This record gives sequence, C-alpha cells and structure tokens, in this order.
Amino acid sequence: MTVSTGGTTGAATSSAPVAPRPTRRRGQRARTALEVLFFVGPALALFLVFVVWPIVKAVQFSLYRWKGFGPLQDFVGLDNFRNVLQNDVFVDAFTHNMVIVVLSILVQLPLGLAIALLLNRRMRGQGLLRTIIFVPYVLSEVIAGVVWFQLLQPQYGVADSLLDSVGLHGPEQGWLGTPDYALYTVFVVLTWKYLGLAVLLFLAGLQGIPDDVVEAAQMDGASWWQIQWRITIPLIGPTIRIWAFLSMIGSIQLFDMVWILTGGGPANSTTSMATFLVTEGTKRQNYGIAAAASVILFVVALVMALVYQLLVLRRDSHALAAGGLR
Amino acid sequence: MILDTLPEEAAGARTRRRRDRGRDGGSPLVYLIALVVVALTLGPVLFAILGGFRTNAQLAESPAGLPDPWVLRNYEGVVTNPDFWRYALNSTVVAAVTTLLVVVLGLMAAYPLARYRFRGRETLYMVFVVGLLFPATVAIIPLFILVTRDLQMGNTWWGVALPQAAFALPITVVILRPFLMAIPDELEEAAVMDGASRVGFFWRVVVPLSGPAVVTVGVLAFVASWNAYLLPLLLLQDDMKTLPLGVADYSSRYSSDTAGVYAFTTLAMIPALVFFLAMQRRIVGGLQGAVKG
Repeated sequence: MTVSTGGTTGAATSSAPVAPRPTRRRGQRARTALEVLFFVGPALALFLVFVVWPIVKAVQFSLYRWKGFGPLQDFVGLDNFRNVLQNDVFVDAFTHNMVIVVLSILVQLPLGLAIALLLNRRMRGQGLLRTIIFVPYVLSEVIAGVVWFQLLQPQYGVADSLLDSVGLHGPEQGWLGTPDYALYTVFVVLTWKYLGLAVLLFLAGLQGIPDDVVEAAQMDGASWWQIQWRITIPLIGPTIRIWAFLSMIGSIQLFDMVWILTGGGPANSTTSMATFLVTEGTKRQNYGIAAAASVILFVVALVMALVYQLLVLRRDSHALAAGGLR
Repeated sequence: MILDTLPEEAAGARTRRRRDRGRDGGSPLVYLIALVVVALTLGPVLFAILGGFRTNAQLAESPAGLPDPWVLRNYEGVVTNPDFWRYALNSTVVAAVTTLLVVVLGLMAAYPLARYRFRGRETLYMVFVVGLLFPATVAIIPLFILVTRDLQMGNTWWGVALPQAAFALPITVVILRPFLMAIPDELEEAAVMDGASRVGFFWRVVVPLSGPAVVTVGVLAFVASWNAYLLPLLLLQDDMKTLPLGVADYSSRYSSDTAGVYAFTTLAMIPALVFFLAMQRRIVGGLQGAVKG
C-alpha cells in the first residue's frame, strides 16, 4: 500500500471518470493530500508536540548536566548513564521491577487461569461474580493503595488484627515498614488489583472456544483435567501471551502503587525505575540523571518487548497492537 | 472436581450434552472457591466503606469489627468539604476534555488511514503504532518542563488533558482503523453516487456508524484519565488537584484519622465504580478488541 502508484491515487474511492486528464488527476491528488492533512493533521500535531518532542528532549537532557535552570550547555556525554548504572539505588530499583515482572507471571498467571477455568461453567451468579472480580481493576491505583495502606498499618490495621485472631503476628514495623517484606507486600496489593483483569481476559478467551471441540474430547473419554490441559489452555494461548506482555510492560513502568504505599522505602527497598526518575527529577532537580534513567527504562521496555515479540508472540498476529494497553 | 466429573463421564451421552461447559450450577467446591475469591476481592473495599461509618476509637479497639454504633460524621465531613467537590470537578473536566480530544482527533485521523489511498499511508500509520511503545513515564520530565515553562499551562485543565490525549491517541487509532476499514465499500459508493464527497461521507456516514467503537475508545481514555496519577501529580497543585491527588493528599495529611481517610476514599471511588461498572462490557470489549488487534 505504501507503493501505490500515481494511477491509483485518489481514484480508489471516488467514482473517477473513465479517462481523467492529467491535470484533473493532479488536482485530485492535491485534494486528497489536503483532505489527509485536514483529518490527520490535528492528531499528528498533538502527537508530535506532546509525545515525540518530549521523548526527543528526554534523550537530549540525558546527555547534559542540568539542574533545570539556564541554558543546556554542560554537555557530559554518557556520564549520566554511567552515573545511573553505577548507582546502587537505581540498580536496586531495576531489580525490584524485574522481581515484580517475574512474580506477576509466576503467581498471577496460574492463579488467574485457575480461577477462570473454575468460573467457566454455567453457574448461578456468574455475571455478578465477574462484575465483582472487575471491581479492583476499575479503582485507581491511588485509591487501592490508600485503602491498603490503612489496612496494612501495624497494630491498628485490619490485616494484622485478622492475623492476630488466628494466632499469627505481623512484623512489628508493619508489612510495608519492614524492608524484607515491603516489596512482596506491594506485589500482593498489585495482584489484588490486577488479577481480575487476567481472569476476565482468560474467561473471555475460554468462552470463545467452540463447544464441539470440548464435546469431541469428552466423547473420546478425556477427563476434565486432560481437556483443560491439552485443549482449552493451548487454545487460549494467544490471550495468555498477550496478557503476559501487558503485565510485563505494566510492571516495568510501576509507579503509582509504590509511590502511595511506601514512596520507595523503607530504606529504598521498594523503589522502581519510575520512582527513581521522578525523585531525581522533581525532588533533586537532577534533570540529566532523571532523563538518563528514563531512557534506560525505555530501552529496557523496548528490548523486552522485542525479545518477547521474537520469541513468544511471533505466531500471534497484531501482537504489537496490544502494546498500548498499558 | 475430577471426582465429581468422572461418574458423569460414564453416565452416558445425554448428560454429556447437557454439561458442555461443566455441570449446571457447578459443584460445592466451585462455589466455595468463588466465595473465597469474592471475599478477598471485596474485603478491602468493604472494610473501607464500613470503616467510614466507624469512629477512630472503634477502629483502634477492634480494627476488623463492624460499625457499632454507625456514625455518619466522617461521611458528612467529606460531603461538606469543598475540596472534595473541587477535586471531583477537576477530575471530571480533565477526563471529559481528554476523552473529547481523543475521540474527535482519533476518529478524524483514523478515517484517511483506513479509507484513503495515498503514498505514505502505512508509514503515517506506523508513526502512531510506534507511539504505543512510548509510555508517558519515559517522557515525564520533559513533558513537565514543556507544559509548565514553554506552554505556561502548568496547573490548568488543558495542561493535563492535552498530553493525556496525545498519549491515548495511538491505541485509539489502532482500535478505530480496522473498524473503519470494515465499513462496506458499497456504502461509500452509494454516498458518492448521491453526490457526497469523501468529507461528506465522513460526517454523514462514518461518524454515525462508528458509535460503538467510539464508545469503547472513549471509555478507555476516560478510565485512564480518571485514574491517572503521575502526570497530574507533577502538573497540578492546590485547588486544581484531581481526585487521586486529593485522596493521596488527604491520606497523608490526616493519616491518623483512619476513619476520615476511609470515608474520603470511599466517596472518591463511588463515581468511578458506578460509571465503570455500567461500562464494564465496553471496557472489557475494548481491551479484548485491542488484544486481537
């Protein structure tokens, strides 16, 4: 389509005269160009100003030492990148992102799949059940975070008092206040918030499987487990792979929940790349460092997306289109 | 589960047909698991709602208890708090402007990308597709500088809505284009016969026909804007704050007033819950549509 020749330009959708004269055709092409400009122009302008330009600037900032005032002139080459990559706080933040990426897949995938398989049957109240499962997903991370922050408070929190009532005791500093537990606690809250999306997507995939496939397997004497393992799960493979992709991209950008629950603490035990760059940029005015961190974040996300695309998504069409979901 | 199913396997074809997706009603175990899932899902939300009806003394005495007696003071405090309404207004306006921009500009952009033939069409489309890979987080610092210094739009509705719309455009165009491509050519031919130009065709046929797709992308944009935190956090202060900022603020400023925080948070989540649950099908449909490409 990119190589459409002059002959077809503009003629495809209008009822062109049988033998248009060249001038007429040129006029039509100009008209098409004008219409395209009219329709695409505003969106493209908005996109260029608020998406492309800031990203270009981020790359530029990353090469300068800049505190946000005066002209950009202290060119430092790749020093900011060296700084960031040698900064223990950033390296830890990167590790935390990766822990969340891996845990999300390892925990939420089997859990979401199990719940979806269990619910994928005719049962009373299934519609209501789905709506309920969807509730945490529609809440903003901030609201979910603030509620959980209160629930998880040491002593006064609901979580600890429920644990007490069954004879267990939460850590003295609270789940979010103990460096060894804080990241995993954040992960639990994230799972609470996002498991519903996984279940709903998987359920929708399951319900797209034609009944006769399952019936045929039953005729052949396959057990419930065999049917799920050999037929249904492979059939919703594309949905699972896309979900995993979305989950990864989301985990890489983790910010809101951490900012609300812990602010990155205690002792930097829950920082993410995004909290690192926001702290550097807005609190310390180290714009160059923040920009370098954001470029690194982007490269990490891009590499993950490309590798995943090559290794896993290759067989599913239009996989790229799903990238924008987060 | 398996124990339940096996005897039925032997029971004959008649039962088999009936239980195409498992037995009607499901087994007690399924209901039990469903109940646990519901409790874990709704528990925190219910605690927040009920907590708003208790006093801090009640909460301290038995954190997981029920309101006794029920007090309305916390909720009254929020409802009579002008800040709350101010934040709600800001959230609504920012989300509405974002949605409007995304829908109008997205639909306009998707139209020639779907139905015109011109050189560079696919390249132009790819510009938007590649935009999917750029999260707002990456550009947040330059965006902050652009909006507050270059455009002097810091602390305004537009300053947040414009970038949000820009970042929502790629997914919008990607969802809308195949939808517009699917409009039958016959319709366009008929419109042209009747003397409509392609611009006329857009206004008279494409816009009315794209209702369902527009609702989907509109809801997605509205959800994203309503829940957004990072960009508003950097750009909005004082009485321009949106609800997520207000909630976070209230929670850190009055963190010892747990009951008050619960009440504020509960009321802040109600409009979102009502709107989103009403639109649930659209949201899930939109997500799936995007997953399928």
